[in-house]
This record gives sequence, C-alpha cells and structure tokens, in this order.
Amino acid sequence: MKKTENAENEGLLVRRIRNGTVIDHIDGGEALNVVKILGITGTTQEALSIATNVPSRNMGCKDIVKLTNRELSKEEVDRIALISPRATINIIRNFKVCEKKGVEIPTLIVGLVKCPNPGCISNTNEPIRSKFEVLPKGLHCTYCDWVITKDLTSHII
Amino acid sequence: MNREGEQMRHIISIGDFDRKEIDALLDHARQIDQKKYDKNILYGKILATLFFEPSTRTRMSFESAMARLGGTSLSVGSVEACSMAKGETLADTIRVVSGYADAIVIRHPKEGAARLAAEFAKVPVINAGDGAGQHPSQTLLDLYTIRQSMPIDKIDVALIGDLRYGRTAHSLASALSLYNARLHTISPKGLELPATLAAELREKGMEIVEHDDIKEVICDVDVLYVTRIQRERFPDSASYFNVTSSYRITPDLLAGAKKHLIILHPLPRVDEIDPRIDELPYARYFEQSRNGVPVRMAMLMRVMQ
Repeated sequence: MKKTENAENEGLLVRRIRNGTVIDHIDGGEALNVVKILGITGTTQEALSIATNVPSRNMGCKDIVKLTNRELSKEEVDRIALISPRATINIIRNFKVCEKKGVEIPTLIVGLVKCPNPGCISNTNEPIRSKFEVLPKGLHCTYCDWVITKDLTSHII
Repeated sequence: MNREGEQMRHIISIGDFDRKEIDALLDHARQIDQKKYDKNILYGKILATLFFEPSTRTRMSFESAMARLGGTSLSVGSVEACSMAKGETLADTIRVVSGYADAIVIRHPKEGAARLAAEFAKVPVINAGDGAGQHPSQTLLDLYTIRQSMPIDKIDVALIGDLRYGRTAHSLASALSLYNARLHTISPKGLELPATLAAELREKGMEIVEHDDIKEVICDVDVLYVTRIQRERFPDSASYFNVTSSYRITPDLLAGAKKHLIILHPLPRVDEIDPRIDELPYARYFEQSRNGVPVRMAMLMRVMQ
C-alpha cells in the first residue's frame, strides 16, 4: 500500500512527457531561475512542470524542470550552467530519452545579464545587448569592465 | 573587430596593450619629440573629434597632433549642437561619422562608450575618456613623462586624491603593474581605489600600500600623481574644504622628498597643488600636458597607418 502511494506521489512530481526537454539535477532551489534564464514567463506557450527540492541520492536535493514540446538549443543549455553546472538535459521524443547531455559553461554570454553599473553604456537606449565574458573571478562586462562576482541570478534580465 | 567583421586598430583601453607595445609607442613618441618624423604622413586624412563631455587638453592636443602630421580635424562643436541632443543613439552617430573621417576620437560620459563605438565604426576609434572608465592616451603620456626622468621599472608611485572615480588613476595603476612598480594610495574615505581593481592589481603581483597621510610616504616615492577631488562627491562645501585641505600639496610637505621626485597631475587642478610648487624642479605637470602632443601623434600614426 505504501509503495503504491509513493509511486503515485512520484508520478505527480515527475510525470512523463511525450516530447520536450527534461532538465534534471538542477541545484536545489534554482529551478525558478532556470525558467527565468530560458525566458519562460506566464505568457509563453510551453506546458511547464517544476519540481523543487526533490530528494536526490547524489545531490541531497535537486530541482527538475520539464518543458513540453520544446527542445532546448545548445546556447540555452549552456546558460543554465551559469547557475547550475551539474544540470543534465534530456531531450524526449515519443516518451523516450533521445539525447542526454551535460551543460558547459559558456565563454561569452550575450543579452542574459544586466550590467549592475548604472554608468555602463549597455544600460542606455543603444541598439546593443549586454555582453559578459565568463572568467574565474566572475562575469566581466566587456563594455565597462564591471565584474559580477556574486548573486548572479539577481542580474538576469 | 566591428559588426561587419572588419579588423581595425582601435585604442580603447590601456589593458589592450602589453608592455612591449607600450614601450614601442613611447619610443616612437620620443622620436617624434626629436623631430624625427614625416610632417605630411597623414596628409589628406581626417580625424573626427567627438567630445560629449568638456575637454581642453585632450581635444586640443589631438587636434594639434593631427595638424602636425599634415592631417585635418573635424568636430561637432558643443553637445547641444549635435544630433545626440535630438535623441540619436551613439551607435548611429558613429556610423554616420565613419563616413566623414579616417579615425574617430571619442569622449563620452558613459563607461564602455568607446568600446561600443568601435563595434559600429568603419574606421579606427581612440578612446579619449569614457565616464569613470578608461583614458588610455592620458596613461601613455603619464608613462612618457615618467620615462623622461627615470626608468619606470620598480619605482614607487603615490596616487593621491579621488582614486575611486578618477579614471586616469585607474588606467595608470593598471599600466604600472606591467613595470613592477609599487603603488602607494592616499585618498579620502569613500574615494579609495575600487576594491575590485586593487584585488586585480594585487593578483598581478603589484604591491599596494594604503596610507592615511601623504607625510608617511613622501620621502620614499619617486612619482607623486595628484588628482582632483570633485566637489560634487561631498554632501556640503564645508566637508569638501575640510578634506581637500588635508590633501593639498605644499612646499613644506615636500621636505625630505627624494631629489629626483616628480609631481604629475592630469590637470585641470583647482586647489590640490599650491602654485608655489610650479617653480620647484619637482613640478612636471605642464611638461606632462605638453607631452600629450607627441604621444597622441604616435597614437594617430598607429591607428591610421
């Protein structure tokens, strides 16, 4: 009896999808930021399931995001690495995992992060997108040289 | 590389230069100073000077440098008189001006403006100061002035004044890290060298010593680099005058200074240096200002040849 109940609960949390992307092994608590990075808002079309703080043998707890009918591009996948470098991406077609890949930290991120420097030219009406180099010490604005060293998610556009 | 994939020689930040390139440019400036150059080498070339912030020395010395090389300069006059005042973006202004000139010198209040200009320009861009960011031509002429008096290697340099917002101090500190110089900083509370810059310089192996009073260090330094403390950084005039009076360089303060000490200032100065210092052999700020011409001539030749 207990087993069935557990299985049902698990089913609610991780219901299978026919086609789309499952982002697994997201650091616990980061799922909403992952969704933000992917530009998914309440007004976009994707069917979205989010499970947060799910027990995980290797990670303690993890988050999972499932996107129906959308396969993520490499650039989108790599953006996730900035906040959750252990995440894995599963591309699902007809209920089967067709591709499984890890994320790679990009060398340059464009249009994703707002420069915290109010005097930076990227915060004006110029026809440019913000541009940051990913360095060991943090994200370096290629326009004004500001370096974001902490709390990256609060700067995501 | 600009947006169309064309590679050009811009000068945006002193950080884009390695030591060898700086030395080569300063050597070239010295040759120019000795009149060893072709006076018509930039004949037929046009330099556009786009200054969206006030400037006397930088703008005039670029124009003088261009004239001495046989070229001509165009400028927009005041900011109020140009299309930016009508709301045109800098990107559009740069695209347009690229069609009128062979190189662009730009000063702009926003940090990163010169980098943006380089993206949109079809001609080389030289940064003449972007907000609190970079001012590479000033740094090169500062180094040139130091080199006239002593080798730059392993010298002790004191930076005094507004080290937080002073772009000339930031650029100079970065360049000096290539020469294993030791940095001494003396600044009012709240106007210290930005922590990120200090950390970056220390990472490169530079020794930075903070001091509360210039007297602590005056006997040990080879170069005293003075910068202006701006009134608008303080809540009221009283606290401004209080602070500036303790950062003023006077002849008495220089008792015990090294014989070969030089005092530099990017100018304009207000009260930071007592006018009596002008007559002393330590004062090099007017020479420094004059050096802007040969150094900028070398820069113009670098980007336009």
